[in-house]
Amino acid sequence: MAADIDKVFKALADPGRRLLLDRLHADNGQTLGQLCENLDMSRQAVTKHLKLLEEASLVATLWRGREKLHYLNPVPIHEIAERWIGKYERGRLRILAELKKSLEGDNNG
Amino acid sequence: MAESRFVYVTWIRTTPEKLWQALTDPEFTRRYWCECSQDCDWKAGSSWKLMIPDGRVGDSGEIIEIEPQRRLVLSWRNEFKPELREEGYSRLTYELEQQGTSVRLTVIHEMDRTASKLIEAVSGGWPVILSSLKSLLETGEPLEQSSRWPKGM
Repeated sequence: MAADIDKVFKALADPGRRLLLDRLHADNGQTLGQLCENLDMSRQAVTKHLKLLEEASLVATLWRGREKLHYLNPVPIHEIAERWIGKYERGRLRILAELKKSLEGDNNG
Repeated sequence: MAESRFVYVTWIRTTPEKLWQALTDPEFTRRYWCECSQDCDWKAGSSWKLMIPDGRVGDSGEIIEIEPQRRLVLSWRNEFKPELREEGYSRLTYELEQQGTSVRLTVIHEMDRTASKLIEAVSGGWPVILSSLKSLLETGEPLEQSSRWPKGM
């Protein structure tokens, strides 16, 4: 649910789950098998992480033919931003983020 | 299959009846969808058009599946931008599911081609339109950024 913000924070509080979100952000709509490639995690661990991400609505899944595809759903993170970031702060924050990015290089740090 | 797809899941504190009305009623649509209205009689096989406020047809297609308050699938081709129109038909799906006091709305907009420019374009538009729809149903007011058709578009 939208109101279940605890699940969202809990899901985000794990580096492995954040890595899965990063992978989907880079290439949306992957199968479990694709997500497991080049990851230092067991298939079972990835399955478990994806379940928690899905329960938090951070990941949406679709069946297409025989494949289950995973999509990053940006809505819960957007709702967190809407809750604490005022509309007048948004422009200033973007400028600061861009400055930080250009000074540090874009390495998602 | 090579494909492009936009997927979005949101929860709206409303009923399936009200959400269905918001998705299909022309007057309701205008308020959160940049003043655009839909021209359709909402029957399987019927033609569907999204009308731009200046009178142009924005997008067109037909109803592929319709199950009121549950599911709507329609074909969708852009009509006002030649480079998008030439990509042909995409497919839009709305799925509604009541969960407690909210309705889970899933929006899938997909096309059977890689790197579709249409899917890229709608991926930028849908989040604004759908946030505005949520705001309208929950607070009675749409979001400012989707209340007018963008100038010069």
